[in-house]
Amino acid sequence: MHNTPDSISLDSRSLHLRRLVARALEGGTRGHLGSALSLVEILRVLYDHVLHVHPRDPAFPERDRLILSKGHGCLALYAILADLGFFPLEELDRFCHFDAILGGHPERGKIPGVEASTGALGHGLSIAVGMAIAARLHQQKHRVFAIMGDGEINEGAIWEAALSASQHRLNNLIAIVDYNKLQSYGPIADVVTLEPLADKWRAFGFATFEVNGHDLDALRDLFTQPLAANQPTAIICHTVKGKGIPMAEHNPDWHHKSRIPPAEMEAIYSALGGRHA
Amino acid sequence: MRKTCLNCVLELAKNHSEVLFLGSDLGAGTMKEFRKTFPERFFMEGVSEQHLIGMAAGLAMEGFIPYVNTIASFLTRRCLEQVTIDLCLPNLPVRLIGNGGGIVYAPLGATHFALDDLALMRLQPNMTVIAPSDAVQMRAFMEVSRTHPGPIYIRLAKGGDPVTHPKGLPFVIGQAIELAQGTQVAFLCTGAMAHPALIATQLLAEKGLSCSVWHFPTVKPLDQAALAPIADRHTLLVSLEEHTIVGGFGSAIAEWLMDHRPHPPRLLRLGFPDRFPSQYGSQEQHLAAVGLEPETITQTVIRALG
Repeated sequence: MHNTPDSISLDSRSLHLRRLVARALEGGTRGHLGSALSLVEILRVLYDHVLHVHPRDPAFPERDRLILSKGHGCLALYAILADLGFFPLEELDRFCHFDAILGGHPERGKIPGVEASTGALGHGLSIAVGMAIAARLHQQKHRVFAIMGDGEINEGAIWEAALSASQHRLNNLIAIVDYNKLQSYGPIADVVTLEPLADKWRAFGFATFEVNGHDLDALRDLFTQPLAANQPTAIICHTVKGKGIPMAEHNPDWHHKSRIPPAEMEAIYSALGGRHA
Repeated sequence: MRKTCLNCVLELAKNHSEVLFLGSDLGAGTMKEFRKTFPERFFMEGVSEQHLIGMAAGLAMEGFIPYVNTIASFLTRRCLEQVTIDLCLPNLPVRLIGNGGGIVYAPLGATHFALDDLALMRLQPNMTVIAPSDAVQMRAFMEVSRTHPGPIYIRLAKGGDPVTHPKGLPFVIGQAIELAQGTQVAFLCTGAMAHPALIATQLLAEKGLSCSVWHFPTVKPLDQAALAPIADRHTLLVSLEEHTIVGGFGSAIAEWLMDHRPHPPRLLRLGFPDRFPSQYGSQEQHLAAVGLEPETITQTVIRALG
């Protein structure tokens, strides 16, 4: 079958961004690899084609806001921000070092382009609601995106925020779920099932869409279509945890890894076509 | 005190467009005037304190100053992680107004007691913790509340509290206030304990004991400049708080004494013991049960002086 999250083959930019993920992973000898790799295409399309942001002026008032609520997916965010020049690529090599700006979870105020400190799960959507209301009060036209993990939305606070977003008819708010079907312990379906997930978001009042989260054209089409006029939007991205590294794909062991030995780093680079392809 | 506090939010909002009011399913009609005057800056969210704090953070990141009000126990305990990570870590100017600090909600039982709010808020870096004594002090505080750069927790007492704040004295965040000058015993109190401390001081004067009374409306940061001479000039310090003695105002005093005085004066920490009160009744009954009314305070001090 054509065009499933598994069947998508990665183009050179997707491989390039994954090499940057690997570079940080190597720099820190640790990281949430699987959780980052399901996100790469979502972030890539947003930053390359959708978000109104400037690497040289990361805080200009009219920018679109993106909150990576699943803060543990930060390696993917760091890769795209570094690639676009929000901070030097060399920062990737210092990932998780004592005095680094890039930690195991992203922090506001330390990293240019990072809007909120996330990593304690379930916080980002509420912050996004506040930002979306603020944009309305300021009569600004920008949008607010919050990217959540599927495991993350076990958190009740997410659904508190969803009720509120709907109540306030936040048509400038886009909730994105990276639905890679694996949480830390194992398959979502075994830990706490989310299905029917799209129905849940619809029932909470969101204009809800589903998309192959590795299909660049589909993501771009969806993210650039006009937003619903009178309600927030939810986009459920079907993805593969660990996408692009066969040993990490669909493998909960790669949700987070520490003390990654050089041989495994070589296997990761090899899957990406080498260090400097 | 609550009424004064909320009225002040409305007054602030009239002059400052960045001031917002957020509540969590408060009583019918709360802030009616604010809602009528500034409907677009009034937010009555659902029973969802975690979300409320995150939303306030998002608004503050965009330049607003949200005043957030709900019951103290839920505002501090239910959403502690949001307070820590969303407000304190980025040091955002959000004001948390906690109704019923201490044992005000006595008849409602343990779910509604806020006997640990000062401790929980004091633990968070960047948080300023304010416990005013009365409505006059509350008004003085509220006038300076808007421009403070970081988050503030504001503990509300029962209301109708006897006024002890000196008339016309401006409020300075982080400064304690001398209410009575004495030589032997120093009462260090916070929140609504100022009045019982002053009564106890009169009772002790009748027994020939001279007591100072200092009110610390700011629990954090502690007024160290005031505390140093108090510690050096009295033989007995007595901290008074409507709060567990674990981790609260008295603990803050004890920590300062340990850190700064090789031979500190004796400190009695009076407050609630480290257990869940199992009774209902009234605030007064609870205060009496744990020895926080003037007569028992007096006896405790006399006993301590041997």
